[in-house]
Amino acid sequence: MAEFLPPKERTKLPRQVMPEQDPLIRAHNFEEVNLGLTKEQAILDAQRCLQCKKPTCMDGCPVEIKIIDFLELVVEEDFLGAARKIKEDNVLPAICGRVCPQETQCEAKCVLAKRFEPVSIGRLERFVADYEMSKGITSEIPRIDKKGKKVAVVGSGPAGLSCAGDLINMGYDVTVFEALHELGGVLVYGIPEFRLPKEIVRKEVNNLRNMGVEFKTNVVIGATYSIDELMKEEGYSAVFVAVGAGLPWFMNIPGESLAGVYSANEFLTRVNLMKAYKFPEYDSPVLDCKERRVAVFGGGNVAMDAVRTALRLGAKATIYYRRSEAEMPARDEEIHHAKDEGVKFEMLTTPIELLGDENERLHSMKCIRMELGEPDASGRRRPVPIENSEYIEPVDIAIVAIGNGSNPLISQTSPDIDTNKWGNINVDGDTMRTSKPGVFAGGDIVTGGATVILALGAGRQAARGIDEYLTDGSW
Amino acid sequence: MFEIVEARFLAQDIKLFKIYSPPIARKRKAGQFVIIRVTETGERIPLTIADSDPGQGTVTIIVQGIGKTTKELNTKAAGDTITDIVGPLGKPSHIEKFGTTVSIGGGVGTAIAYPTAVALKKAGNHVITINGARTKDMVILEDEMKAVSDEAFITTDDGSYGIHGFVTNKLQQLIDEGRQIDFVLAIGPIPMMQAVAEVTRPHGIYTVVSLNPIMVDGTGMCGGCRVQVDNKVQFACVDGPEFDAHKVNFRNLVNRNRVYHEYELKSLESYEHRCKLNKQADALKATSV
Ligand SMILES: Cc1cc2nc3c(=O)[nH]c(=O)nc-3n(C[C@H](O)[C@H](O)[C@H](O)COP(=O)(O)OP(=O)(O)OC[C@H]3O[C@@H](n4cnc5c(N)ncnc54)[C@H](O)[C@@H]3O)c2cc1C
Ligand code: SF4
Ligand code: FES
Repeated sequence: MAEFLPPKERTKLPRQVMPEQDPLIRAHNFEEVNLGLTKEQAILDAQRCLQCKKPTCMDGCPVEIKIIDFLELVVEEDFLGAARKIKEDNVLPAICGRVCPQETQCEAKCVLAKRFEPVSIGRLERFVADYEMSKGITSEIPRIDKKGKKVAVVGSGPAGLSCAGDLINMGYDVTVFEALHELGGVLVYGIPEFRLPKEIVRKEVNNLRNMGVEFKTNVVIGATYSIDELMKEEGYSAVFVAVGAGLPWFMNIPGESLAGVYSANEFLTRVNLMKAYKFPEYDSPVLDCKERRVAVFGGGNVAMDAVRTALRLGAKATIYYRRSEAEMPARDEEIHHAKDEGVKFEMLTTPIELLGDENERLHSMKCIRMELGEPDASGRRRPVPIENSEYIEPVDIAIVAIGNGSNPLISQTSPDIDTNKWGNINVDGDTMRTSKPGVFAGGDIVTGGATVILALGAGRQAARGIDEYLTDGSW
Repeated sequence: MFEIVEARFLAQDIKLFKIYSPPIARKRKAGQFVIIRVTETGERIPLTIADSDPGQGTVTIIVQGIGKTTKELNTKAAGDTITDIVGPLGKPSHIEKFGTTVSIGGGVGTAIAYPTAVALKKAGNHVITINGARTKDMVILEDEMKAVSDEAFITTDDGSYGIHGFVTNKLQQLIDEGRQIDFVLAIGPIPMMQAVAEVTRPHGIYTVVSLNPIMVDGTGMCGGCRVQVDNKVQFACVDGPEFDAHKVNFRNLVNRNRVYHEYELKSLESYEHRCKLNKQADALKATSV
């Protein structure tokens, strides 16, 4: 079995490069871009870890994965042990290893990041999780006395799944209610196949099912059942609300109701969830992107996913962002991948009007150039329009990816759940309790659009909060 | 999988289904809809709930076979299943005692106007119903409508049954006769709803229409269902589907609904082609036995 090299040797090892599909080929398919480290690469990269006394990497991880322990197990070639170690803190490592922004989290805090390059913590997380999956290993059915209490989880995104997993391990009976016909939330309808294969989400969900979690699709809480009905009539002692972000924002510029204008949510849902890229084998269409000019407005992960999806459907795809590239909230990796694949970037530009023909079909847009002014509340420099810089450009399909508000269904039907002025649910940050006794909330519905790992963390925290409440009964 | 408990044609290409889904049957109110998916590879389409039987646990929908999905659904019989049904979605109709109300249904829209007519009657209104069809064979729910109406009228475009003309002709006549009308609900093809809105507008009669934009999720997540009402963007699936007819931008709705027209034709064509191949294969099998 391998051991760590002397520290000096370790820093000489190069950070391992993850193999990926050739950009020119992948620009035309929906298969995963990243191919994963090989076993040899994984061991080499884990070797680079200095096993710090004060492992700062862990401070960067929202769920405090025991990074040094799992890296040590990788060096010892105990990959299954490494996967188990991660799962003590993160139930969905194959997913997080793919979509977490490690470059601003654990890897940003790795001591090596200053003088060398950080350990590839994310890629190693992915490697051991995939290894475990490839061996067909699934989590064990918890051997714990059942508590005889039912908990309802509303929404099957990462927050809901992690909460369900923890609660089942604690001995509760858990039912997850999902509005859509598939489980996984944004992981299945938002994040595209080429970044996160749906098969992986399906396996994780099945894993939870095998552990005893019950899943009910096609149930909209607030419509099919209210939260009160779940608690008073259906026998649930507690409810965890993890319904994610909702209602996509539009820009409130003229022409946004033209045919040919999508929200990123709709565009991605049509392609990912409804498989429009396989039309007419699948029934749902998406407007033909082949050779069409597709403009995506926004600079976050969602915008990158939308533009790269359009590209794969054959579009001449361009990102329009009102600030400069440095301010883009998307992950660096996504930006680079998009550029390599051939996406064009129009920075410091924003549309001010969408124009259509007599049938209200989008055909062009009026844009204006921007420059950066003083920093705003978010600390980023505020984009200011440059006078007389308007111009008109032809465009066939426009996709608005500027974020989401919150879904009103829960708050409309449970007015006793406190929300802030944006409609996000207010919770106690420790216990995840809402203002309504027995009801907890977490994930994007609390924070607004955030990240998978934060949603997972919130789910775990809520599971602890629920356990505490159901154990001592006081609110 | 959801079981079809009952299925029968009401008119040519118009079929009634009762689908087993106790929670929806128990919860639904007039004006709400469900989203269904017929098969694993199917699209999600909204269908207004025509009726429900909480005791039996069934939800009634009435479907006109026009595109691929509705035609495929109409091949289903009692005992068959559909992949998904979710609901009840949308806001229920606003029901109160208005006085005299007119419920107008055009074509299969009659099925949607029916539950609201029932609710309006229950609320103590004098209920007038006007149901339009192209021709006599396409008239549906005649007896049901009669049963809930104080006055029930049927119009046919070709004059083969009832009053010769459009629903708006009858409505105009009632207004011209000086009848006091306090509320109009119109459901049917967009041109019909728009025509009703224009008839009532000069008289300031409060008029509501049930809009049918293209939807995907039906829960407010995608914004595909957005419509312009009073020059503001509304999501029909969570803010509607019923809106003030005098404030709806019908032209935008028509244009947005048309955007996938050629795709729908292609989808139908490819479906019918597959059906034909299957039939041929079945025939081959039968002869080779
Ligand atoms: C396109 C896109 C790309 C992204 N990329 C990344 C990335 O690379 N890395 C990253 O960390 N984060 C990314 N994010 C953000 C991340 O996906 C979210 O922060 C995370 O999924 C939030 O999890 P959640 O469990 O709170 O909600 P969601 O994942 O949104 O799940 C909520 C679920 O609840 C269901 N639901 C809603 N209302 C009801 C109801 N009334 N009853 C029943 N069910 C209901 C919804 O259908 C949904 O399935 C991305 C988001 C998008 C949209
Ligand atoms: S900070 Fe970097 S080097 Fe130190 S323990 Fe963490 S991963 Fe290893
Ligand atoms: S159908 Fe998606 S928001 Fe209404």
